[in-house]
Amino acid sequence: MTDSTPPTGLTAPKLRLGLRDGSDDGWGYAPAPESTDHVELRDRYGLFIAGEFTDAADGRTFETANPATEEKIADVALAGDADVDAAVAAARHAYDEVWSKLAPRERGKYVYRIARVLQERGRELAITESLDGGKPIRESRDVDIPLAAAHFFYYAGWADKLDYAFPGRGARPLGVAGQVIPWNFPLLMAAWKIAPAIAAGNTVVLKPAETTPLTALKLAEIIRDAGVPPGVVNIVTGAGETGAAVVQHEDVDKVAFTGSTEVGKLIRRALAGSGKHYTLELGGKAANLVFEDAAVDQAVEGIVNGIFFNQGHVCCAGSRLLVQESVAGEVISKLKDRMETLIVGDPLDKNTDIGAINSRAQLDKIEEYLEIGEAEGAEPFQTSCPVPERGYWCRPTLFLHASQSHRVVQEEIFGPVLAVQTFRTVDEGIAMANNTPYGLSGGVWSDKGAKAFRVTSRIRAGVLWANTYNKFDPTAPFGGYKESGIGREGGLAGLHAYLQPEAAA
Amino acid sequence: MSERRSAAAADRLPVLKTHKVYVGGKFPRSESGRFDRALAPDGTPIANICRCSRKDVRDAVTAARAAQAGWAARTAYNRGQILYRIAEMLEGRSGQFEALLAAGGRAPDEAAVEVQAATDRLLHYAGWTDKFQQVFSSVNPVATSHFNFSILEPMGVVGVLAPQSPLLGLVSSIAPAIAGGNTTVVLVTGSQPLPATTFGEVLNSSDVPGGVVNILTGRRDEMLAPLAAHRDVDAVLLCSPDPDVARSAEIEAVHNLKRVAVRAHEDWADVQSPYEITDLQEVKTTWHPIGS
Amino acid sequence: MQISTATASFESPPIDAVGVEERVARLCSRSIKKDAKLQALHLTLSMIDLTTLEGADSEGKVRQLCAKALQLHAALPDLPHVAAVCVYPALVGVAKRALEGSGINVASVATSFPAGQAPIEIKLLEVRRAVEAGADEVDMVISRGRFLAGDFAYTADEIASVKEACGEAHLKVILETGELGTLDAVRRASDLAMRSGADFIKTSTGKIKPAATMPVVLVMLEAIRDHYRRTGQKIGMKPAGGISTAKDAIRHLVMVRETLGQDWLDPDLYRFGASSLANDVLRQIVKQRSGIYQSFDDFSL
Repeated sequence: MTDSTPPTGLTAPKLRLGLRDGSDDGWGYAPAPESTDHVELRDRYGLFIAGEFTDAADGRTFETANPATEEKIADVALAGDADVDAAVAAARHAYDEVWSKLAPRERGKYVYRIARVLQERGRELAITESLDGGKPIRESRDVDIPLAAAHFFYYAGWADKLDYAFPGRGARPLGVAGQVIPWNFPLLMAAWKIAPAIAAGNTVVLKPAETTPLTALKLAEIIRDAGVPPGVVNIVTGAGETGAAVVQHEDVDKVAFTGSTEVGKLIRRALAGSGKHYTLELGGKAANLVFEDAAVDQAVEGIVNGIFFNQGHVCCAGSRLLVQESVAGEVISKLKDRMETLIVGDPLDKNTDIGAINSRAQLDKIEEYLEIGEAEGAEPFQTSCPVPERGYWCRPTLFLHASQSHRVVQEEIFGPVLAVQTFRTVDEGIAMANNTPYGLSGGVWSDKGAKAFRVTSRIRAGVLWANTYNKFDPTAPFGGYKESGIGREGGLAGLHAYLQPEAAA
Repeated sequence: MSERRSAAAADRLPVLKTHKVYVGGKFPRSESGRFDRALAPDGTPIANICRCSRKDVRDAVTAARAAQAGWAARTAYNRGQILYRIAEMLEGRSGQFEALLAAGGRAPDEAAVEVQAATDRLLHYAGWTDKFQQVFSSVNPVATSHFNFSILEPMGVVGVLAPQSPLLGLVSSIAPAIAGGNTTVVLVTGSQPLPATTFGEVLNSSDVPGGVVNILTGRRDEMLAPLAAHRDVDAVLLCSPDPDVARSAEIEAVHNLKRVAVRAHEDWADVQSPYEITDLQEVKTTWHPIGS
Repeated sequence: MQISTATASFESPPIDAVGVEERVARLCSRSIKKDAKLQALHLTLSMIDLTTLEGADSEGKVRQLCAKALQLHAALPDLPHVAAVCVYPALVGVAKRALEGSGINVASVATSFPAGQAPIEIKLLEVRRAVEAGADEVDMVISRGRFLAGDFAYTADEIASVKEACGEAHLKVILETGELGTLDAVRRASDLAMRSGADFIKTSTGKIKPAATMPVVLVMLEAIRDHYRRTGQKIGMKPAGGISTAKDAIRHLVMVRETLGQDWLDPDLYRFGASSLANDVLRQIVKQRSGIYQSFDDFSL
C-alpha cells in the first residue's frame, strides 16, 4: 500500500458547498422541522403481555430519552424474570390454544392488518422513531417505517402458503420465539423479527433495545388494535438482563437476536446442546470497493450511503472504503466535497442528513475510536458542519491512510466513521475485503458487468451490493457469513428460520 | 487350473493392509506415531489404525482449506461427474467393503445391502450437484430498480464427526457436504474404522482432488474439540446421538461462530435429501441496478 | 479550430442511471422553507431566459415578451429582472431595441434550431447575423445525428467553429438530451461541448421530450464540476424545457447548490430556459408575502 491520497491534478479553488456553515454568506437552508403536534406520547409505558399493558411485577422502570436534546421522554417498565416468565407463558398459551389452531388464511389476515395500520400511522411512527432514537426524519419516514410495513405485508402472504416454501419436507412452526433487537432500527427490526415468526404460526416475546423502546410499544398498540389474539405478540422492555432472560428462557423454542458479535457468542454458548433453533444477526466491518472503472459520482454517493446512513449505526455499513489507487485521489476529493453538504443536527429537521448518536455510551465509544485512529497514525478528516450544543453528535469522519493492521479498520465502530485504504489490483482488493472475521456485507463499484459479478461472488459475505449500497427489501434475504451471524432474515430464507420440517414436529 | 490356484493360495501368506489416514490426497500415518487396534466384535484385533492427534487435525484442516476454493470453483457438472465416479469405484470394490463390514459383525446379506445403499447414495448426490441451486436459489422481486438474487455458496471447510454407521453413514455425511462445494475433515472414531480408511482409497482413485475429503481415525475426545474450535473451520457436522457430544462441540464452535449441524440418527437408511446439502450452504444475496 | 483528434479521443466517466436517479430523489427531499424559499424564488427570477420560439413569433409577440421582462409584476417593483430574453435570429433586433439599457441580455437560438440539419456554412452565417443584430448570447444546437453516429470530432469542430463565429457573444451549447438516449451520452456530449468552447451547456431545445429532467441536469452539473476541477474554468448551465413550476426551479437550485456550490447560484452561471415558469414563481412570491394562494389571472401573460 502506498500513500492513500495520490495527487489529483486539481488546482481549482474549492467549491463552496457547506450548507449550514456559519461563514457561508450565501443561500443556506432554513430549518424545516417536522411538526410533532399530533404525536401522542405518554409519560409512562408498560409491558405488553397477553394483550394488555402492565407494569413490571416489581414496579421498576427506566427512562428513555431524546438523544438530540438529552431530555427524558417517558418512563418505561423494566421487565424482570417474573415478567419474562409471564410473557413466555402468555406466548405459550396463545400458541397452544389459539394461534396454532387458527386457519393459516386467517392468521395471514391479522398480519396484513398490522401492515396496513403501520402505513396509516406512518407519520406518527416516523416522528416517534426520530425522537426516541435520533435518526433523521428523512430516513425514519422514507426507509424505516415503509420497510417495516412492507415486511409485515410480505410475510402475511406466506401464512397460507407454507407448504410451498420448502419442497419435499412440509412446514410446521417452532412454537414460542424469544427475540431481542437493537437500537439502530427499532421498529424495522421488530418487524423483521415479528412478521415472519407470527406469519409462520409462532408466537413471540420481543425485547426492544433499552434506548429505543417506544415504537415497539406503539407497534404493540397496533397489534392489540388489529385484534391479534392476546399473547401472540408480547413485548417486554428492559436492558441486557431482560434480554438474557428472554433468550435463555427454558420454554422458548427459538431465539432470534440482532446485536453485537460479543453478545451473540454469549447467546450461542448458552444455547449449546439445547437443540433450540436460533438466528443471529451480528456485527460487520464491510468493505466498499471502488474500482477505477466505476461510475465515480455514483460511487461517491454509494460510499456516503454506505457509511453515513443512520449515523453509521448499521451492522452492514460500508465502514471500510477500499479504493483502487489510480482513482483514489479523485474519489477521496469528491467524497470530501460531498461530505461538506451533509447536514448534522436536529433529527426532526427534514433536511438533516446525520442525526443524533443514539446514546451517550455510543458517542463515548465512537470518540474513543476517533482517538485510537489518530494514535494509530491514520489521518482524520471531519467536515466543517456546525452541530448543536446539546445532544450527542458526531460529524462525518474519514480516516485516511488507514491500514489493515489498524483497529479502526478491524473493529466495528458503529458510527459515521469511515476507514479509507487503497489497493492496486482486483485480487488485492478482494483479499483485503475478506481479511476480517466478519462477513455480513460488501459493496463493489465497477461499470464492468463481468467484474462486478466476479468480485461479488468472491467476497465472503451474505449481502453484496454492486453499484449500490444499503438497500433492503422484505423479499431479499439478509444475514452474515463468518462471525457476522448465523441464519437469514427476509425473503424465503427468512421464513426458513421460523419453520421446521413436518416430520420433526 | 483351479486346483493349482487353490494349492498356491494355501501355501501363500496373504499381504496384510496397513490402514493409514487420508490427508491432502496422500496416505500418511498419524504424525504422533500412535495407533489403536480395530477389533472384531469378539474382541479379536483385525488391524492397527492410526490414533490421530490434534496436530493431524490441524494438518487436515490446512489441506481442506487449500483445496476449498478450487473445489468450489469446479463446475457443478464436474462435481457431479466426480461423485458419480466415486460411486463407480465403490461399486467395483463392493466385495472388499462387504468383507470389511462382515468383519465388523454385519451379516453378509446386510453388508451387501449397505454397500449398495452407499453406492446409490453417492449417485443420488451426484445428481443433485447441478440441481440444488436451481431449487433453492431465488430471484427476489425487490421494490426498487435492482436485479436481486440469492444463491447458495458452500460454507467452506466442514468438519465432520462421522457417524457410527461405518459405510452408509459415512458416505451420507460426506457426500452432501462435497456435493455443495465444501471440503471436509472427517473424524472416524467409531468401532469400525476400516471401511472409512478403505473409502479413502476409493476417493483417491475417483478424480476427487486431494484435500477435498480428509479422513482421520482416532479418538473423539482427542480430535473433536480442536476441530470444533479451529477458527479456520467454517462448519461442523456432528453425527452423534449423544447430546453431550453436541453440546461440548457447540461450545467450542462459538470461537468463530462456526455453523453446527447435528445428526442424531443411528439408522442412515433414509437420510437422503437436498436439505443435507443446503444445511451446509450459505445464502448470498446480491443487488445489481437495472439501468436504462 | 483543429481540435479534432485530441478532443475526439477523450474519455468520459461512465454513469450509472439508477444511482443518478437515487441521488436526484435525495436532493428532491430537501425542504426549502421561509426565508430560504423567498430567496430562492427571487434568485430563480433573475436566472430566467424568458423565451419564445414559435413559428408564429412576430414583432408584436416579442415586444410583449420584452415588456414582461422589464416589468414582471407591477405590484412588486422590487423584483430582480430576468437574465435574458431568448428569440429567433430574425427577431433579435426587435428584442434588442425593446430591452435597451435594461441590463437584460438578448439571446438568440441559431445553427438551424431546433434540428440543426443544415450545412455548417449556413449555420455559421446565421450565428454571425444574430450577433450582428445584437445578440449577447447564442444558443446553438449540436448535430445529434453526427454525435450519435460516433463522429465526435465533427461535433467538436462544429462547436469550436460556432464559438469563433460568436465573437464576444456567449455561447450556449444545446445538447438536446432527449435525443441522446443515455446519461452516458449526455455526459460525453457535455464534456465535448465544454472542451470545445461552450460558455454554457444547455439541455434542450424545448421541442423534444423529455427535456430538462433532473437526472440529465445532475449529470451535466457533475460534468461542469469536473471540468472546473481540472481547468479552473466555470462553465454555466441552462436547463430548458419542462421546468414550469417554482417547486421544480427550487429543486434545481438545490441540486446546483449541492453539486457546484454557492458560486453557481448566479445568473452568470445558471439559467432557466422557460416560458411559463416566471408567473408561477411570481405567484409563490406573492403567496409567501401575503399568505394567500394566488390565481394565474393575477399575473400578466
